[in-house]
Amino acid sequence: MSEHKHEPVPYRTFILIWIALLALTAITIAVSRVHLGPLNVWVALGVATLKSSLVLFFFMHLKQETRLFRLGLLVLLVILAIFIGMTFIDTLYR
Amino acid sequence: MSESTTYTGFWQESPRPGILGWLLSTDHKRIGIMYLCCITTMFIVGACLGLALRLELIAPGVTVMTPQTYNATFTVHGIIMIFMFLIPSIPAAFGNLLLPIQIGARDVSFPKLNLISWYCYVIGAILAMFAIFGGGGAPDTGWTFYVPFSTQTSTNVSLVAFAAFMLGFSSILTGINFVTTVHRLRCKGLTWGRLPLFVWTLYATAWVQVLATPMIGITLVLIILERTFGAGLFDAARGGDPILFQHLFWIYSHPAVYIMILPGMGVISEVIPTFARKPLFGYWAMALSSLAIAFAGSLVWGHHMYASGMSDFAILIFSFLTFIVAIPSAIKVFNWVSTLYKGSIELAPPMLFALAFIFNFAIGGLGGLALGAAASDIHLHDTTFVVGHFHYVMFGGGGFALFAALHYWLPKFTGRMYRHKPAVISWALLFVGFNITYMAMQAVGIMGMPRRYYDYLPQFHTLNLISTIGSWILAVGLIIMFVNLWQGARKGRPVGKNPWGAATLEWTIPSPPPIENFGAEDPVVTKGPYEFKGVVADEY
Amino acid sequence: MSIEHRDDTGDRFGMWLFLYTEVILFSGLFILYAVSLSRFPGDFAQGSHQLNIYLGSINTIVLLTSSLTIALAVSAIQMNRIRQCLTLCGVTVVLALVFLVNKYFEWSAEISHGIYPGSQHLAEMGAGVSAFFNLYYFTAGLHGLHVLIGGSLIGVVAVLTARGKITSERYTLLENSALFWHLVDLVWIFLFPLYYLIL
Ligand code: HEM
Ligand SMILES: [Cu+2]
Repeated sequence: MSEHKHEPVPYRTFILIWIALLALTAITIAVSRVHLGPLNVWVALGVATLKSSLVLFFFMHLKQETRLFRLGLLVLLVILAIFIGMTFIDTLYR
Repeated sequence: MSESTTYTGFWQESPRPGILGWLLSTDHKRIGIMYLCCITTMFIVGACLGLALRLELIAPGVTVMTPQTYNATFTVHGIIMIFMFLIPSIPAAFGNLLLPIQIGARDVSFPKLNLISWYCYVIGAILAMFAIFGGGGAPDTGWTFYVPFSTQTSTNVSLVAFAAFMLGFSSILTGINFVTTVHRLRCKGLTWGRLPLFVWTLYATAWVQVLATPMIGITLVLIILERTFGAGLFDAARGGDPILFQHLFWIYSHPAVYIMILPGMGVISEVIPTFARKPLFGYWAMALSSLAIAFAGSLVWGHHMYASGMSDFAILIFSFLTFIVAIPSAIKVFNWVSTLYKGSIELAPPMLFALAFIFNFAIGGLGGLALGAAASDIHLHDTTFVVGHFHYVMFGGGGFALFAALHYWLPKFTGRMYRHKPAVISWALLFVGFNITYMAMQAVGIMGMPRRYYDYLPQFHTLNLISTIGSWILAVGLIIMFVNLWQGARKGRPVGKNPWGAATLEWTIPSPPPIENFGAEDPVVTKGPYEFKGVVADEY
Repeated sequence: MSIEHRDDTGDRFGMWLFLYTEVILFSGLFILYAVSLSRFPGDFAQGSHQLNIYLGSINTIVLLTSSLTIALAVSAIQMNRIRQCLTLCGVTVVLALVFLVNKYFEWSAEISHGIYPGSQHLAEMGAGVSAFFNLYYFTAGLHGLHVLIGGSLIGVVAVLTARGKITSERYTLLENSALFWHLVDLVWIFLFPLYYLIL
């Protein structure tokens, strides 16, 4: 089996990502103190999604992995959306 | 067959002697055999319980057991048959035996994890036995654990839920192993287009195991927490929602029926071409419909909940989607039949079981449509029609596929051939007994007999009597089959590499296969799995 | 197995598959959360106000930082800087402990106010608030369990690194433990705003 080795990610990249994550955390907390109605939840989820992509692609090296890994993640997200969405088809229309 | 008749392959070669050589083995074949022993035991226990249920239903009123015993018996029967027999049956037992060999590998990707998964299974099974026979009483919720009853009954529900959690964990580990193995360990020349169909179905199943099983994990954990803290997660009066429990449960348990049936379909797709001496009709349709079934299986769980109080809109959507899932299943049936068309068919025992599979699965599948249509399901829900239906799919389908696999591959792994005449007799008894038992149950269900009752109205007597008599024929068939296979494995006539004249990789190595399967040289594949040109069957 | 067979990519892929199962496991709780939130938005805000947003924020920072340190540890081992790698693993474990200690104080304060699953006080606060706190306890509890497991895993890996079992040539175990730790972080990234920041 061919060993496909990753280049080590420089420390600087990780530290920058970390700063971005902290900044985004500050943003969610700040926004959550403003009344936006139901929009609040969506903003919170949006920022959380952004943060997770940073963690996934950089900290978890997804950027360096082969297509298979990304495909797997896509499958997971689709299935997750189905599980949550289809449950709401029931509860929203009851 | 190598030089002498005493050659015993992986049965003999092991780094450790004796029983430890098995219990600590990471060889996929040994683990497969250990799984096979466990699931066979579980099947026999479960079948005895099923026969006891049928015996109770031979006449109205209490005949052989009290109502509470009946409740416990059908629950334990269901839990054993689902979690301890059918889900691990083909994937864990035959998947382990065959997957690495069919893709030309020496083992799975994570051999140690494979052994751990077997131990999780064993621990789960032992815990379940404690729950069943320990103080507090055997669980009586039905295998579905529906709230609110499951959070209130005083029987050992928490323990059995934890046992099922362990069994689920075992299933997840197998799934992770198989997905990785298929991606990483295919031998040279074995492109996706040359994978045997059994591997395709195992691959699709493994994805379902990975992505659906955790949902039952969390559901069972919540049951345990609910019983421990009494928090009211599913109690409408305290902000919970009992229907959400059913959602979580069926989000796993519908896909789980594909864990049970897909590998069986893979077995049938191997057996049919071999005994029709024809390439499988529509290879890619078969391969992709496996993935399609696995995916679409995640969309339809709501069809178990039409009578639960779910929203009408959801009923509409789930009913529609259920009909869509029928398409890939139908594709498979048509392709098997097309493979048979103008083939030179040899009615060897595996083939007979495969044909019985197609027949039973077609009936079960069509019954499924009657249940998938919301209008008719309101009438049929929770009747013995449902019980008949799922036995047609799970037993007539999954179970018969396992029997086909046993008759097809046991000579490979034991190096010995069972006698064909008793095999055919047992097949006939099983086929007839099975259809009598469950056709009668379907019929009496349409008349309105509810499931999960020890008692029934007098007008249901005749059909119940017929069904119980059918179950005895079935039992005789099972006994003959198991005895015959056992004797064949012990004392049968030795067979060569390829008794059936099949074209997949496992038939190119000795029977039984040696440890690490392929000797010094890794195999190279140059042709598809169903190209029979030049393949000759060994005499036996 | 006697044959020496090595497939690092396969090992990592297996770990990713395992992480998928973890995501689905938590998603069961998130489904319950989402449905309850849509049913009792007001009560959920009320419940959320009773959580300690300062402790929550601190724990967020702690986890994000620990994610950084373990990511750096992987880079360190790749560059064969064993000492740095060990230090970074150590910091990660310490941060995991800080998280758990914080959680302990948070929970004991709440429990002393009579807020815990099945409590009398909760029942009096109404259906929506009970639902909120039940889910909060079960989700955060499951997450805390994962912190415990992840922290121990990294501790073990650090010992193996110190003993030379994990080297710059062969470090999949460290990588996979790091992946698990990042997942713990990912879950918290969603858990924090959904439970602490509802207005
Ligand atoms: C000897 C063979 C078998 C017999 C005689 C048998 C008979 C029965 C009977 C009478 C019931 C209870 C019906 C009711 O009162 O509602 C039942 C339930 C069930 N059976 Fe079987 N069965 C057999 C094999 C199997 C197999 C092979 C499977 C699956 C692989 C299976 C799965 C189930 C399940 C899941 C239930 C539902 C349990 C529940 O209601 O919670 N059975 N069976
Ligand atoms: Cu279903």
